[in-house]
Amino acid sequence: MRRSGVEALTPGSETEAAELVLEARAKGRKLDIVGGGSRAGLGRPPEGDARLSTAGLRGIVFYEPAEMVICAQAGTPLAEVEAVLAQRGQMLPFEPMDHRRLYGTSGEPTIGGLVAGNISGPRRISAGAARDAMIGLRLVNGRGEIVKSGGRVMKNVTGLDLVKLNCGAQGTLGLVTQATFRLLPKPECEASLVIRRLEDRRAIEALSIALGSPFSVSGAAHISAGMGREFPRTFLRVEGFRSSVDYRISALLALLAPFGAKHALEGEESERLWRDIGDAAFLATPSEAAVWRVSLAPSKGADFIEKVGAHAKAHFYDWGGGLVWLSSEASAEAAAAVRAALSPFGGHATLIRAPNELRASIDVFEPLSAPLMRLSKGVKASFDPAGVFNFARMYPGV
Amino acid sequence: MSQIAFPTPEPGILARRDAILAGLAALLPRGSLITQSEECRAFETDALTAYRRAPLAVALPTSTREVAAVLRYCRDAGVYVVPRGAGTSLSGGAIPQEDAIVIGLSKMSRILEINLPDRYARVEAGVTNLAISEAVMAEGFFYAPDPSSQLACTIGGNIGMNSGGAHCLKYGVTTNNVLGLTMATIDGEIIELGGAHLDSGGLDWLGLMVGSEGQLGIVTEAVVRLLRSAEGARPVLFGFDSAEAAGQCVAAIIGAGLIPVAMEYMDRLAIEICEGFAHAGYPLDVEAMLIIEVEGCEAEMEAQLAKIQAIAKSHGVKIVRESMSAMESALIWKGRKSAFGATGRIADYICMDGTVPTSRLPEALRRTGEIVASYGLRVANVFHAGDGNMHPLVLYNVNDEAEQAKAEAAGNDLLKLCVDLGGCLTGEHGVGIEKRDLMRHQFNAEDLAQQMRVRAVFDPDWRLNPAKVFPLDGRVPA
Repeated sequence: MRRSGVEALTPGSETEAAELVLEARAKGRKLDIVGGGSRAGLGRPPEGDARLSTAGLRGIVFYEPAEMVICAQAGTPLAEVEAVLAQRGQMLPFEPMDHRRLYGTSGEPTIGGLVAGNISGPRRISAGAARDAMIGLRLVNGRGEIVKSGGRVMKNVTGLDLVKLNCGAQGTLGLVTQATFRLLPKPECEASLVIRRLEDRRAIEALSIALGSPFSVSGAAHISAGMGREFPRTFLRVEGFRSSVDYRISALLALLAPFGAKHALEGEESERLWRDIGDAAFLATPSEAAVWRVSLAPSKGADFIEKVGAHAKAHFYDWGGGLVWLSSEASAEAAAAVRAALSPFGGHATLIRAPNELRASIDVFEPLSAPLMRLSKGVKASFDPAGVFNFARMYPGV
Repeated sequence: MSQIAFPTPEPGILARRDAILAGLAALLPRGSLITQSEECRAFETDALTAYRRAPLAVALPTSTREVAAVLRYCRDAGVYVVPRGAGTSLSGGAIPQEDAIVIGLSKMSRILEINLPDRYARVEAGVTNLAISEAVMAEGFFYAPDPSSQLACTIGGNIGMNSGGAHCLKYGVTTNNVLGLTMATIDGEIIELGGAHLDSGGLDWLGLMVGSEGQLGIVTEAVVRLLRSAEGARPVLFGFDSAEAAGQCVAAIIGAGLIPVAMEYMDRLAIEICEGFAHAGYPLDVEAMLIIEVEGCEAEMEAQLAKIQAIAKSHGVKIVRESMSAMESALIWKGRKSAFGATGRIADYICMDGTVPTSRLPEALRRTGEIVASYGLRVANVFHAGDGNMHPLVLYNVNDEAEQAKAEAAGNDLLKLCVDLGGCLTGEHGVGIEKRDLMRHQFNAEDLAQQMRVRAVFDPDWRLNPAKVFPLDGRVPA
């Protein structure tokens, strides 16, 4: 909800941000944190009195290629970080999703946004999520204090891990001003094995066999007929040194021969494919459909889709079947059907795309048990007692 | 003479001992409550043996419900609680106090479910780290974090301390390998977090719980990720004439974008001690040695090793020895993993656990030597070099009070050094009591207060593991 009449505050430094927060707290004002705006559709719609922009908190704080760590301010465009890393042959391990294709937004995704949403992609199954790579942060809490947690080293168990707690908190606990990530070397090359015409269960079986093999698969997806081809396709990606990739692709072809594995994609074509999968590009249209992101045990993916039944308009699987993307009608009824279908399997469903009115009136995130809701409220209050930041972004009234 | 303070036992709790024990006995099966002082003695310390406190009693519940019931009882009775796995903590994380009930998870050691298609295991918190890998080894799978104490330490303790091990350079530490857990709060509520799936649908409670050192609740079950073992693994020994050169070689390997599955460092004294114990064929005429392990298919190992060897050569490596057999590899790792035990045979020691940025390793090693020498003591360095997680073992005689004080002072200086070089106090052993009073060197008042306010949401009266992690003065209530 980009309410045009709402004032935007743009602190130029962490200290200035802290002062603005103190002022907002004193006046009882609520602030909605905004970055580049490319993911503005995530979570419940903003309910604040003013916007707090990270645009003035921009730049790489340090980059140590020899330690494989980078620290950037929240407002730094992700593209800027990725370009700097690419020059030294390194990358963020978790392959963050670009939401612009799904939302039709045009802003620049920022570091702060990917922290707020714990934004990860296909490589999450082998290299971890954003929350795994994030090893340090600084934030302004709702008391106007500057707090740090973690640091710049990978192994660190000094005190409570407020880094992970804030990664994926949708900005509800504080304004993260800078974040530090550990990195990976960019693989020398990649290739993707393709299997055609498998039905969902059989495809997930093939993905599971591959993920349980010693061939270090870094992407495992199954997409439906109509998503680029007239038939369903199953993909497995391997990355690394050329000789190793060649060997592992041929090993996987042999392993999955009973499933009809015959082809492999290379280079550009493989890269484009995984960007489409990671960005859920297949569900971009029709733009009025609701889009769900569901994480569950991989072998339950197809059972879940079967239970959703006709409410699922289109769907595909990433993470070996453990991440189901699906579109449905944008209605409370369809939403209830998705949640009901998931409940026997465990896991969690997030409503990623829907009109504001719908996201304001139903659960966007997986509903919490009573004890977890009590803890969520308590932790929110421990950071932000007056509810300055992103009020009600995750749960109504919290 | 102990330097680390414990809270003064509350006379009001000690005076009610009989009534408290009677209340607990009603909640637990026969044989699950230890009250005799001789039997409690086995629980009075952990691997930080210089400190000992006898607990009021020890409860050994057999189910999550019993853990929850005991916790609620302790809250209502106003008694402190100290959780315990196998008692292998090097930071004193499981050391009790006179007015506390120890809740030990040793009777909850079952593997509840193994699911290879979905690549997870559901286990009780008292199961040992190694038992998980052993249960799936025949199918070619393993549980990745591998602390040196993995034969004894429990998954519950690993979660408490976010344990690492030698292979976390590639596979991450406990927090990257736990999918779900069941915990009981001090209020006696049972909470399920995560499950057989990835990531969280709300706040990252798993991320908060792992490494929280038993301050937020007691973990009773866990769902952990299982990984398929690589096709092959090959450790290679690299001997250097100086610590500096070995340290620089580590930084250069990481900087070149290579991620060997393990990269371990040993100095001359550590090599001598471990070789004397394990007869692994370590070179004895070098100042420093790296054990670098690569894994994967043959092509993968060859490509990695060629690059690593070239870097080592440019750093003046003196000896390179590749393992030629599975038996040789096992011996190489046996030597490394027995480092703490083997050191314990020749002297008492305290083991530090600070982490430094890998580019600062050479400097950290040099200053470590200088600091320990300035106290007139000896140090053996054996640690996870790839992630900068140092483990200087400061040798001393536990029966010499003055020497113990010196060793602790040297240890404190070493940890401050790690923080000053851009690292942290503890990489994988936890703060416990050992580093509690150094927390203000790494965190300022606002940082610590924020952590304590989060802690207080779970345990407003500070009943859980109260002497640990946060300095005893200036604690923030709910």
